[in-house]
Amino acid sequence: MPLPDAERLVAALIEQMRPETSAETVLIGIHTGGVWLAERLHQALGLKQPLGTIDVSFYRDDFGSRGLSPRVKPSEIPFEVVDADVILVDDVLYTGRTIRAAINELFDYGRPRRVRLAALVDRGGRELPITAQFTGAQVSVGAGEQVELKKAADGRLSLDVTAVAGG
Amino acid sequence: MMAYNPQLNANGELKHLLTIEGLPREILLNILDTAHSFLSVAEREIKKVPLLRGKSVFNLFFESSTRTRTTFEIAAKRLSADVINLNVGTSSQSKGETLLDTVANLSAMHADMFVVRHSQSGAAHLIARHVAPYIHVINAGDGRHAHPTQGLLDMFTIRHYKKDFSTLRVAIVGDVLHSRVARSQIHALTTLGVPEVRVIGPRTLLPANVAELGVHVYHDMAQGLKDADVVIMLRLQNERMNGALLPSAQEFFKNYGLTAEKLALARPDAIVMHPGPMNRGVEIESSVADGRQSVILPQVTFGIAVRMAVMSIVVGNT
Repeated sequence: MPLPDAERLVAALIEQMRPETSAETVLIGIHTGGVWLAERLHQALGLKQPLGTIDVSFYRDDFGSRGLSPRVKPSEIPFEVVDADVILVDDVLYTGRTIRAAINELFDYGRPRRVRLAALVDRGGRELPITAQFTGAQVSVGAGEQVELKKAADGRLSLDVTAVAGG
Repeated sequence: MMAYNPQLNANGELKHLLTIEGLPREILLNILDTAHSFLSVAEREIKKVPLLRGKSVFNLFFESSTRTRTTFEIAAKRLSADVINLNVGTSSQSKGETLLDTVANLSAMHADMFVVRHSQSGAAHLIARHVAPYIHVINAGDGRHAHPTQGLLDMFTIRHYKKDFSTLRVAIVGDVLHSRVARSQIHALTTLGVPEVRVIGPRTLLPANVAELGVHVYHDMAQGLKDADVVIMLRLQNERMNGALLPSAQEFFKNYGLTAEKLALARPDAIVMHPGPMNRGVEIESSVADGRQSVILPQVTFGIAVRMAVMSIVVGNT
């Protein structure tokens, strides 16, 4: 199945989110694809607070078997989390484990009033009770395949499927 | 093929941190990058991440140290590890237990990591060779040999203020001969591509073969400091001052103590570092230690993030 056009999904996501957000809503992108997407949403939604970013490497549940990612980036949350209306943003929603890690990290900054989730695509396959409130599209790909968001030099986003090594 | 390095596992990943000597640049850079990501943890409401939850870290200090032990303890606690501090000092040795017996007993208490400070060079290596494969060892200073986490936190500090290693002139001043810190710094600086590393000190306090490490040797402070970007002062160990190596602390300060006048010979934006503890008025003037160019306290703060990075990287590599 060919993947949908990422730019069209970004536009659809913005339209879904616009009536459900206020200027006080804050966005937090999850590295790396989620940050690219969050940058676009943040710009379009006209939010008051700057964009936050999270790298979940310090909260992953597979650290014991896989060790620490050599590409961990700093998490930057440049606003008060206590009582904030937060939307976490990720490119691909799959098992839900990344989102679990991101929620855990978020709560170490403070207690938000509400946390919602926006994902560009939902590929199913959940292993935790997590769902997205805003989704660009549902896609169906095999378990041995990985869906990834790519960013071109001109900033255009696209979706890509690759076979997982050993998958 | 890479030479056998007891710090690395079969995949070439860091399993123990014993010395900076022989470590590839990518591993040093990975530690510095990871430490950068740990910095912001200290600014949050909850200054902890769960990486080492359920792990037991034993701080095994056979030689006293306040700053190093405390920063290792804070680092381990911020990673959610359980920390057990043992100031072994001379007491257990005087009871006749050998180093390896001490370690075997602590391993039987389900240790996951040993942070080792010892007056004998090679103590951490010895422990690393004898522990079970799932136990990690970090050298927190062994004899005159190495103090790798200090060397790394110094590199982190330099990169924080100077960004690019490839254009720097770094001067290390004082008692290089007895300094494990200086040795670790020199290996780190050359591995990271610093083009000019200088050591400055009296002949009696520089190792005879120090130039073989790729450094430029100066006995005159004014020449050595000229146009330096980074000035690292070493601690002059008090016990050396009464021996044959030095006439007196006053004499040392006159020739090799860092004063504002001497610092003016370095570049105007030069930073001043010191691993601590400082002897004010011996190797460094108080006004310089507390001055605009001093980054001595940020070094301590960065040391926690660097030790968090080292601990979490080695635990992930079995």
